[in-house]
Amino acid sequence: MSELVLRDAPPPVATIGRPETYLNDGQTIRSWLFTTDHKRIGVLYLISITFFFIIGAIAAGLIRLALVVPDGSILTNDIYNKLFTLHGVIMVWFFLVPSIPNVLGNFLLPIMIGAKDVAFPRLNLLSWYIFMGAAVFELFVLIAGGVDTGWTFYTPLSTIYSNSWVIPAVLGVIVVGFSSILTGVNFITTVHTMRAPGMTWFRMPLFVWSMYATSLILVLATPVLTMAMVLLFYERAFGIGVFDPGAGGDPVMFQHLFWFYSHPVVYVMVLPGMGVMSELVTAFAYKRVFGYTFIAYSSMAIAAIGFFVWGHHMFFNGISEYSGMSFSLLSFAVAVPSAIKVYNWAATIHKGEIRLATPMLYAMGWIALFVVGGITGLFLASLGIDAHVHDTYFVVAHFHYIMVGATVLAFLGGIHYWWPKITGKMYPEFWGRVSALFMFVGFNMTFAPQFVLGYLGMPRRYHTYPPQFQFLNILSSAGATVLAAAYLFPLAYLLWSIRYGRDAPPNPWDARGLEWTIPSPPPPHNFEEVPVVDFEPYDYPNRIPEA
Amino acid sequence: MKGALVFWPPTASARAAEVDHVVIAFTVVLLCLTVPIFLFMTYCAWKYRAGRAADRSHPQARNLKIELSWMLIPFGLALIFFVWAARIYDDELHPPPNALQIDAIGRQWMWKFQHPGGQAEINDLHVPMNEPVRINLISQDVVHALYIPALRIQMDAIPGRATFLWFDADRAGKYRLYCSEFCGTDHSRMAGTLYVMEPKDYEAWLAAQGSVAGLAEQGRELFSRFGCSGCHERGSTVRAPSLAGLYGSPVPLEDGRIVTADVSYIMDKILYPDQNKIAGYKQKMPSFDGKISDSDLLRIVAFIRSIGTT
Repeated sequence: MSELVLRDAPPPVATIGRPETYLNDGQTIRSWLFTTDHKRIGVLYLISITFFFIIGAIAAGLIRLALVVPDGSILTNDIYNKLFTLHGVIMVWFFLVPSIPNVLGNFLLPIMIGAKDVAFPRLNLLSWYIFMGAAVFELFVLIAGGVDTGWTFYTPLSTIYSNSWVIPAVLGVIVVGFSSILTGVNFITTVHTMRAPGMTWFRMPLFVWSMYATSLILVLATPVLTMAMVLLFYERAFGIGVFDPGAGGDPVMFQHLFWFYSHPVVYVMVLPGMGVMSELVTAFAYKRVFGYTFIAYSSMAIAAIGFFVWGHHMFFNGISEYSGMSFSLLSFAVAVPSAIKVYNWAATIHKGEIRLATPMLYAMGWIALFVVGGITGLFLASLGIDAHVHDTYFVVAHFHYIMVGATVLAFLGGIHYWWPKITGKMYPEFWGRVSALFMFVGFNMTFAPQFVLGYLGMPRRYHTYPPQFQFLNILSSAGATVLAAAYLFPLAYLLWSIRYGRDAPPNPWDARGLEWTIPSPPPPHNFEEVPVVDFEPYDYPNRIPEA
Repeated sequence: MKGALVFWPPTASARAAEVDHVVIAFTVVLLCLTVPIFLFMTYCAWKYRAGRAADRSHPQARNLKIELSWMLIPFGLALIFFVWAARIYDDELHPPPNALQIDAIGRQWMWKFQHPGGQAEINDLHVPMNEPVRINLISQDVVHALYIPALRIQMDAIPGRATFLWFDADRAGKYRLYCSEFCGTDHSRMAGTLYVMEPKDYEAWLAAQGSVAGLAEQGRELFSRFGCSGCHERGSTVRAPSLAGLYGSPVPLEDGRIVTADVSYIMDKILYPDQNKIAGYKQKMPSFDGKISDSDLLRIVAFIRSIGTT
């Protein structure tokens, strides 16, 4: 995509007389690789994570292909295990976690609060370099050698019994964590110190609130993952007994450390999606958001309670009965702020002026998938039910509804909504709607059968399975091909629009928010002069102006 | 495509039936809480679509009573199910003291079950019906989990930690059991069958187990005398493929071929282990060519056949 952006920008001579934008402010590769402009870094992240998403998606496609037959005759068990590990590691750490925060967050957060950049622009660039270094290294490790432990790296499989490249894979995960931490620190500082005059906390767009909550989680949880991975590294490399029961360690401790990070990080994937939703729903209902303060506080509540539910991954590993019950109750509690948001968005639409443009279609699809993902999470949080569906395809379906359904749809909805702002070009609306519909259908066809498979008792991470599960597996794999096509649509027409799309006006959606008050694409320093915020968020007049 | 299309798992205990009841009731309640959202949004998307004349006066941006009601009412309803499901969990963690105790040992990649009378079986588990059965779980290597869908129950088997699960099956039949915690290369082969039997059939089965002899039994003894069990059986420190369920199953080789483990393959592997290297394993096995008599070789193969599942 970068070449296209560069090629599209006119040669330096021609810029005279054209408004200066962040895209034509320096056109060399160097000017991109050494940029400290938060918008350019956002674009760099967009290109990088799109690449890693494609890699992860290819692995998923191969997994679905292998599962078309029950006897595992298409791949070997070893290759299958390495594929789903690659899929998990790449998708979690190199796509989902950085997706919305590092692309849309980087691009929009400073503009939305009226700042000309993030608080630490060079740290921001460093974060991208750390990310890329770790990502390229990890990809090499996962393809050249392969790792067969699953993305969860459970001990003692990972420390003693696996014959694969666990050590370098763990190092890559440790390093990419620093990229998350730097971004988190940067966003927190930016929100605290860089808000424009008049931009009070409760005038901030809800997307900024969600970014703030996300950043708190990144800064507080990621170090725990680093610790867990360092200990795992010591044990595998030097035989220090931390998790190995033979040396006095405890394998369950690894699970505690791992999920203490990995459950909150689910909210790192979901909260930004919720932030995007609040922007999309208000813009396309053309109405003030219902219950602004409830939505803002619910983001913070999710971030806080999300730290105390990790044990629900471990109900059946011998933790005490009272821990099990406490974690179950807290997991029910964390559903409350999520439910608040969903009800509030529905209420926002009431008496609006609703335009079903592509971003709104993504938003409504998002709400449906998130609700399914959320309520199936309640089944998993219920102790007696989890005894049956834990570690089955029910879990696989549930977290894909949350991570693919919620995070990816929000990401794509947001990309469409802000595409005119990022590139200065409009995408083709018709194809946008087609892709949104295909995405919704393909997604449900892929993952809805997995709920049934899970309840029937098909364990996850199974390469071979009893023949009576074959029909549902074929259905799921067929859905995956529809989903793959739906992913290719936006990739194609968005790239096409960079060159051939029509020029975007500053505010193509008649939306509110500071990002729509500046030209598309924005000038290098965002605002000609520091904006003074004297309006409430989402102050829609409740009537679309006549064109 | 083999096997009938099924949409609900078999139910083999009262507790399994109760789990189904919670699931169904919870589903109904959650549908009541969420389907109205979808209907309402669809209705609004139509009624208030841009350009359509509709009454849009007095739009609300906040309403504390509504906010609190949709925060607390669904939570209150959900808590009923928290309690209901937690009671099932409580039951799962408190086996009756008089339960029949069977030991289960998980290792890469097989389950070994040992009955109180010393009868042992690989990957299959025979239990009497209408009697509480407690399975004591341990693992000899990585974390495994014993999962029996028909009983709606699972529990991890963890190295260095004793866990258990218990059930009271009330319907005779054959049900599947699995390892549900990912445990390495052949994780998906670590599965078997649970036989829930009439108590008298179970007694008969136990008795029959005590009198097995013949080639396979002699092979079992040779299996340890020649040191095979040092690597291929539980308790070994060397990572070698488990031979349970091997006979008749496909074996992926390092060079990409897949061969069926028949008698000749197993014999070749014992005599010439450097050939037909298995994908995912380091070849460490010594050759037994010239070190074992043909009759002993056959006895060992017979033993390996006997622990095969096909």
